[in-house]
Parts: sequence; C-alpha cells; structure tokens
Amino acid sequence: MSRAAGRSPVLSVRELCTRFRIQGGGLVHAVNGISFDLHAGELLGVVGESGSGKSVTMLSLLKLLPMPPAEIASGQALLDGEDLLALNPARLRHVRGAKVGFIFQDPMASLNPVLSVGYQLTEPLRLHLGLGRRAARRRAAALLEGVGIPAAESRLGDFPHQFSGGMRQRVMIAMALACDPKVLIADEPTTALDATIQAQILDLLQRLRRERGMAIVWITHDLGVVAGLADRVMVMYGGQAVERADVRSLYARPQHPYTRSLLRALPKLEGGSSGERLASIPGQPPTLVQAPDACSFAPRCAHAFARCRAENPALAPVTEGHEVACWYDADAGVPRAA
Amino acid sequence: MTHYIIRRLLFAVPTLIAISFILFALLDLAPNDPTGQLPLTIPAEAREQIRESLGLGEAFHIRYAKWMEQFFVNEPLNLIERAFGVEIGASEERLRVRSWATRSPVVDLIIERLPQTLWVVGLSYLIGILIAIPIGIVSAYRQYSWFDQLGTFVSMIGFSVPTFFTGLLAIIVFSVTLQWLPSIYDTTHRVTDLSSFWVQIKQMAMPVMVLALFNAAQISRFMRAAVLDNLTQDYVRTARAKGLRERIVLFIHVLRNSLIPVVTLIALGIPTVFGGAIITEKIFRVNGIGELLITAIQGADIPLVQTLSFLFAVLIVIFNLIADVLYGILDPRIRYG
Repeated sequence: MSRAAGRSPVLSVRELCTRFRIQGGGLVHAVNGISFDLHAGELLGVVGESGSGKSVTMLSLLKLLPMPPAEIASGQALLDGEDLLALNPARLRHVRGAKVGFIFQDPMASLNPVLSVGYQLTEPLRLHLGLGRRAARRRAAALLEGVGIPAAESRLGDFPHQFSGGMRQRVMIAMALACDPKVLIADEPTTALDATIQAQILDLLQRLRRERGMAIVWITHDLGVVAGLADRVMVMYGGQAVERADVRSLYARPQHPYTRSLLRALPKLEGGSSGERLASIPGQPPTLVQAPDACSFAPRCAHAFARCRAENPALAPVTEGHEVACWYDADAGVPRAA
Repeated sequence: MTHYIIRRLLFAVPTLIAISFILFALLDLAPNDPTGQLPLTIPAEAREQIRESLGLGEAFHIRYAKWMEQFFVNEPLNLIERAFGVEIGASEERLRVRSWATRSPVVDLIIERLPQTLWVVGLSYLIGILIAIPIGIVSAYRQYSWFDQLGTFVSMIGFSVPTFFTGLLAIIVFSVTLQWLPSIYDTTHRVTDLSSFWVQIKQMAMPVMVLALFNAAQISRFMRAAVLDNLTQDYVRTARAKGLRERIVLFIHVLRNSLIPVVTLIALGIPTVFGGAIITEKIFRVNGIGELLITAIQGADIPLVQTLSFLFAVLIVIFNLIADVLYGILDPRIRYG
C-alpha cells in the first residue's frame, strides 16, 4: 500500500466471477468475486493451492479460457479505464500481447514446436507495433539479448526444441515483453524449472521490472518465492481471496487460518529436528460445484464455528493494508464481533 | 538428409530382395498350370513343349534369377530406350517378362492400363484430400456443431459402406433412373475438343466420386483428430495471448502441426493409387491396373501377378521413404543424420 497509495491503479479488477459449465448441466464456480488493484511497478503475488482459481482468474481477464465451457458471469477489469471484460474480440486482441503480457508455466509446451523462435517472437512486434520484417527481427534479437540469451541474432532461426528449458522460458519472457506491456501476468513461470534456473529467471524478471516499471502479477504456490519477490500478496482459496496484505505484514502476522496453515506447512531450515514431519492441512480442497454461501475453508479449519458454516465472510481490513475474510480473530483467539 | 536418404535406399535393397523372393516363391509354389485352360484335345507332349517355351523347364533358382534380371535390368533399359529413343545394346534380344495369357510383355500391359488408373483413382485421391482437409479443420474447430455432426455421419457412411455398394447405388441413381451418367467407362474415348472432354468428365464422375467419398471419409477423420489434438495445446493459448487473430492461430500455428501426421498418411496411401481400386474398377469397367491384376489372378497368369505385386512392393518401400523425408521437412524436431 505504502508506495502505491494515492496513485490510481493500472489494473483494477472488481467482483470477477468465472464459472465452468460441465457435462450434465452442472456448474463449477471457479472464481467467486475476486477484486484487486495493481499499481505501476508493483508485484502482486497470488498464492493458493492447485484449483484455488489463481490461473483461471488471470486467464479470465483476457478471455484466454476455452469458452465454452468457461463463462465470465460478472465482474469488471479496468485497464486504462477500459473494461477488458466488455471489449469485443477485435478490441481485446489489441490488448492481448500489447498491454498485457502473459508468461505460462510450461515453457516446453507453450512455444510452437514447428515455428522458429524468431518467427514467434516477431509476431507480436509486427502485429501490435506494425514493424516490418527486418525491423522486427532486429527488435527480436535485442529482446533475446535483453533476457540473457547469448548470440541472440544467430538463434532467431532456431526452433524451440534447440533451447534448454530455462532458455525457452527466457524466450517466453522476451515474447511477453515484446510490446512493452503495462501488466505482465506470470502464471507459475518457474514451476517447471530446476532451482538454479528458477533463481536466474527470478533475477531476470526483477531486473526487467525495475528497468521498465511494469506491474506484475505472479501466480505461484511457492510462498518462498513470493516472500522474496512480491510487494503485496493475495491468498486464494476456493476461488475467493481469503487474505490480502503487504508482503511483510502477511508473513509477520498472517490472519487467515488457511494462510497460517500454509506457512506452517513450509519446511524450515533451522530448528525442527530432521525426523519431524511437516505440518499438513487435513481434508480436501472444495469441489466448487455450489456457489459459496459459507466459508469454503470451514470444513478444514481448526477454528471453525457455527457462523463459518452459515455465512461467507467478506474481506475486511484488520490493519492498514491488511485484509482478511474470516469470522475468527486469529490474534485474539476469539470470534470476531458481529 | 542426403546421407539419410542414401542409407535408407541401401536398406531398401535387402528388403526388396526378400520381398521379391517370397512373392516369386509363393506364386511359383501355387498349384497351377499355364496349359490348364487349353482344350483337352491338345496332347501331353505339346503341353510339355508349351511349358518349355514359357521357360518352365528350368530350375526354380534359375527362373528366379532371370525374373530378377528382367525386372531390374532389362525392363528399365527398355523404358529408357522408349523414353529417349536411343538403343542400348541388343535390345531385341533382351528377355522380357511375358504374360502367359496374352504373350505380350507385362510392362507393356501395365503401361497400357496405367493412365486409366491414374486418372480415375489418382483424381479421386486428390479430390478426397482436397475435400477432407477443410472438413477436418472445420469439424475440429467447431467440435460438436451441426457441421461436425454431419461430417461425422457422412464419414461414417463413407468409411463403413463398401465401394461396391455405393458404386452400384450411384449407377442405379445416376445411370438407370436419372440417366445422367454412363455406367460403363469407355477407355477408347479420346479427348479432342470441349464436347469430348465433357463426355470424359461424365464417365469419370461416378467412379471418382465413389472413391473420393471413401478416401475423404478416412482422411477427414484423421485431420479432425490431429487438429483437435493441437487445439488444446499450450502453444495455442500462447498464440492467442499474443493477440493474434483466430484465423492466424488456426492456419499458421495449429495447421502446421496438424498436417504432420496427415501428410505422412497421405504419402503412405499413394502406392494404393497405383495399385488401383480393384472393386471400383470392376464395377465401372475401368480397365486399369486393378482390373488387370484381378484378371491375371483369375487366369493364373503368374508372371503378371508376380510383376504387379512386386511393383506395388517397390512403390510402398519408396513412398515409406518419401513419407519419412516429408516428416523430417515438416517437423523441425526430427533431424536425420
């Protein structure tokens, strides 16, 4: 909050709801009323376990989900005062890749295997910036250079399979940054990479963020990565934001029982004897076949009481810049006053 | 790539020798007699002389070696002479593979029949491909739409109903009832002007469409599966995230990948074009290669059957190689060293 206060956000998402129609007429409520603001130069970490709706939320913004079965039921996503969710397909294409860049999880599968890296990289340049073939190639080489690929010029003609996993993710990053987007959405960009490469990619994105001052949404389930990287964190569970805070505040005083459990489940370097088992969260994530009318974490929560099973808590501030959606006051150890 | 092709061609030699031996031996072992169809009044010694004159008096391995020489040396030389109008050595004395039934050289018979087959079967293959690929793409892109359902239904029919049924049905509808098209293909018809060209089109229409339906059914299913497989790949999402038009996503990103298996399938199917479509040719009286083969089998014309079968084997080996080379060209991940 501190350094973003006062300025208007680049991207402002309000009450986004995305559902999937499944065979047999049922619905899966994947995203239920997500709101967040993203300011220029800010890095928002979005954490949660698999199926918590992190990726679906971000893919919904640019309608990159297969529709059908997915449908955006309601919500608003303002980018430069333009509601992305209300744009027609042609206008939306001018946002994709130009104002919002995407990096996906698996660099092995996310590049087209039969087209050269140079071709794939020049595509957005020619489309959005209107560059000619030669100018686009020069720019593409510069981009590859910028993400740390040596001899970039000579590698434009290479195909994705001729690059290592880390190098392919660098190509993906170069592609997402090609048109200088205001917002970069990174969907678990380091999950498929090994630890050393992961560190290199993290450094690279940090550097690019400083250089270009763009806003980044970083989707991950790795709380360690978020701690070192993010300005603010949004914790998601069952398609809802359950806690939202500055990164320091979140790690110092986690409020939601789910966030606390997640942090407890992290392995520790010191303390704890080697034979000790890691803490885990009992139970299963919610199936989301019903719209939430109660706290979706209640069945797995050690502190749940009657109200948790009857009413769905909304995000409410506990301290400056720290919001939590929970009926239980974790600091006081008692239910919150109604 | 050149190295790879040379190596593959060298590997083809032992394969073809093995195939030729098996074909020759199998058909030679078959209990039949070139004089079996002749009148019973011909005395036994005359029959023996006929067999001698056909070269049957010699041992099996000598006949096999001679056949191989004729197939790989004599006949190619004849073809070269015919094509360039030159004479290499004593061309009159070269032994040729001769049909037992007609006594004419087998190669001449094949050359005589090939144009009809290529026109009818080849054109049906081409039309089948041209119909199948767009249908496959649209069916996959609009999966479960009415177009896809209709395509599935039609290809199921084209796939499961044999050509002898669709062929006869076409004859009943278009020749008997409507009297639009001739039911018999006239091989002697020559195209000289526009009206004779029209006659040619009309007589080709039914056999070509019957075979094209069958080919299109097969290839469109394959194309649909390949496109569907690629549409759900992550790189398609990447392409959309770049802001590309759907048309470009489909025709550049998805199509390139989807064509890889389909092109291979098409290349592997080309030898069957040369093989003719036995049943369809029989129904419409197109006297092409398929017709020639079936008549040769029925008349126990062993040299003709041996030569034709071996020719198909050679074509299959060649087009297998072509399919592999095409695969390497279309898919950069595959490099042959």
